[in-house]
Amino acid sequence: MKFGSKLIHNGHEIDKTTGALSTPIYQVSTYQQDIFVPQEYDYSRSGNPTRKALEETIAILEGGKRGFAFASGMAATSSALSIFSAGDHIIVCEDVYGGTYRITTTFFQRFNLEVTFTDASNLDNIKNSIKKNTKAIFLETPSNPLLKITDIKGAVKIAKDNDLLVLIDNTFMSPYLQRPLELGCDIVIHSATKFIGGHSDVIAGLVVVKDEALAKRIYAIQNGFGAILGPQDSWLLLRGVKTLKVRLDYQQQNAIKLSEWFVKSPNVNKVYYPGLLDHPGREINEGQADGPGAVLSFEAKDDETARRFMKKVKLAAVAVSLGGVETIISYPARMSHASIPKNERERLGIKDSLIRVSAGLEDIDDLIEDFGRAFEE
Amino acid sequence: MVFDGNEKKLSIDTKVVHGGKCYDPLTGAVSFPIYQSATFRHPGLNQTTGYDYSRLQNPTREEVENTLAYLENGSFAFAFSSGMAAVSTVLSLFSPGQHIVVSDDLYGGTYRLFEEIYKKYGIEFSYVDTSKIKEVEASIKENTAAIFIETPSNPTMKVGDIKLIADLAKKSNILTIVDNTFLTPLFQKPLDLGADIVVHSATKYLGGHNDTLAGFVVVNDINLADRIKLIQKSVGAVLSPFDSWLILRGIKTLSVRLLKQQENAITIAKWLKNNHKVERVYYVGLPEHEGYETSKKQATGFGAMLSFTVKDEALVEKILERVKLIMFAESLGGVETLITYPIVQTHSAIPKEIRDRIGVNEKLLRLSVGIENAEDIINDLEQAMGC
Repeated sequence: MKFGSKLIHNGHEIDKTTGALSTPIYQVSTYQQDIFVPQEYDYSRSGNPTRKALEETIAILEGGKRGFAFASGMAATSSALSIFSAGDHIIVCEDVYGGTYRITTTFFQRFNLEVTFTDASNLDNIKNSIKKNTKAIFLETPSNPLLKITDIKGAVKIAKDNDLLVLIDNTFMSPYLQRPLELGCDIVIHSATKFIGGHSDVIAGLVVVKDEALAKRIYAIQNGFGAILGPQDSWLLLRGVKTLKVRLDYQQQNAIKLSEWFVKSPNVNKVYYPGLLDHPGREINEGQADGPGAVLSFEAKDDETARRFMKKVKLAAVAVSLGGVETIISYPARMSHASIPKNERERLGIKDSLIRVSAGLEDIDDLIEDFGRAFEE
Repeated sequence: MVFDGNEKKLSIDTKVVHGGKCYDPLTGAVSFPIYQSATFRHPGLNQTTGYDYSRLQNPTREEVENTLAYLENGSFAFAFSSGMAAVSTVLSLFSPGQHIVVSDDLYGGTYRLFEEIYKKYGIEFSYVDTSKIKEVEASIKENTAAIFIETPSNPTMKVGDIKLIADLAKKSNILTIVDNTFLTPLFQKPLDLGADIVVHSATKYLGGHNDTLAGFVVVNDINLADRIKLIQKSVGAVLSPFDSWLILRGIKTLSVRLLKQQENAITIAKWLKNNHKVERVYYVGLPEHEGYETSKKQATGFGAMLSFTVKDEALVEKILERVKLIMFAESLGGVETLITYPIVQTHSAIPKEIRDRIGVNEKLLRLSVGIENAEDIINDLEQAMGC
């Protein structure tokens, strides 16, 4: 079955009891038990039928064995990182999402988890960062917000040679465009708030693994720490994922057209998008993903132009987040990457003239007309 | 993101994403809040925030109503707890002794409502083939108050010429009511063509996920709107805040869903046409369909509903038993492909003589095409038909 059909038909499309085409929302905390007979559900932190339907669905879509749903993307990331112990070292790609940067450099540091940030788009950097106590590599590709591409298979090879786990944040691509477990990664993490939910109305995170022993370690944290996703939000994600392909196909098409338009614009210095011919990671991305995705960034010709654009744009929402049906533009220096110090930001290439665009489902002509107007003085 | 009054110029695929207000003005939230509140605190005596009690108006319902009005190019929209509640509200506009001309090929639930409930109140109905303007004209009587059409019709996809019917109706002071469920405002805007009232079962394409029941009425005329508002708030068949929000959420992907569904429907209709076990295919998008030209004139798409008859009646049961990907269920318009057997499901309430006349027989199956991969749907049909 092709991916577009799997989104609709994955074993959770029909309620076994009533035949309902929508998974029931089990808004329940506890379950009547027969203490002499073991049963699947006893308490909703440990397991809930609606959440389970979502967890199994994402596992199927990512080509994994077990899925886990969390209260946010950061809860998913934090729970996955919690499988490590004090004294362990992990290598993290340097232009990682600001929230991941913050949690690894503050919270996990207090528990003596050692972290090295490096530009993972150059595999030698990963190799050179490995130490005796290194346990894992944490990747994001395309990266945020500069859309740098990391060679997943290359990184996996280094990891396997050194007995390391590979964790990858697949939020930007979603399983429709990129399935890292098939490329050898061990743990896939999602902010499902983005393309998987797709409507800018749910905060959620997902983790998928293919190894049963690893699944047990993740489950122990999900159940123990308890940063689980509620039944209502689980159901909204199940609803959102049904249209993942039709949304993302259209959003990607809009992103391609926008990237070409930005390239031609005299108000733009540089466009970061893996779909562009001159993007340094384009070929690697084509080898590991089924498309360039729907997020791009551009540098306006100066800070003033960037600020004017942000102020005058009407059709796009000026907001953090991405992956929704509405076009969202954000200003990384002040929003998603504000927690990274300015000098560090500039070293990473996140200038004050940089704007990130998450293409939505609007008509491309309307978007281009609005963006053109937003650039005008 | 602030619209400045030029929004009418936007394309419909942009409009569906942003809806009426497009965001919550108070907090900036890009998803409209669910106001799960029955009542509203008054600032003082004789003062109101504009909201008093949720049966009268609720902010979330108001947003989905405004969105529908905006998409249908109407001035006023009203949300109801089901498509039938919407149709029923429109019927409540009429009085005993009045006569309504109705498409003979229409949803069985509508037929049942007219025959078993409104007939008892003394409203008269004539069922005619509204794809033929002569038949419509001939059925108009002195007491005719409205013409109620479904186009494309359900399940044989007949196309009524909305503008011709509305022009004819206007001459005799008759209201034209169009059930726009099958095409949605994405493809067809009956008010622009002269209709007075548009009704929807929003359970179908507008909601789009087979998980919410809802109905709408949309009008342009303020007097008509006042009368409908009175019925809505008095009878109280209103749409709940959460369901209003789910419909708002559904509408955001209306364009991408329906375009994909239509593309799939065209592929499947062509495949069925060339299948030796199939007798006849009813799909407006096939050039040989008798309503093809009219449809091209008044709509920008053909939709994703199609029906077909098989040559051998015995095959029907096999198909319904063997389909795996396609689900045997009533309803339509969702992301999943559904197959329906009209004679026993949607149209069982319609008497045999009308059914025979319109072609709803033992060999007819209806398909609501979903957004799955077309090849997978065809493979499933192929194995179910034993091709």
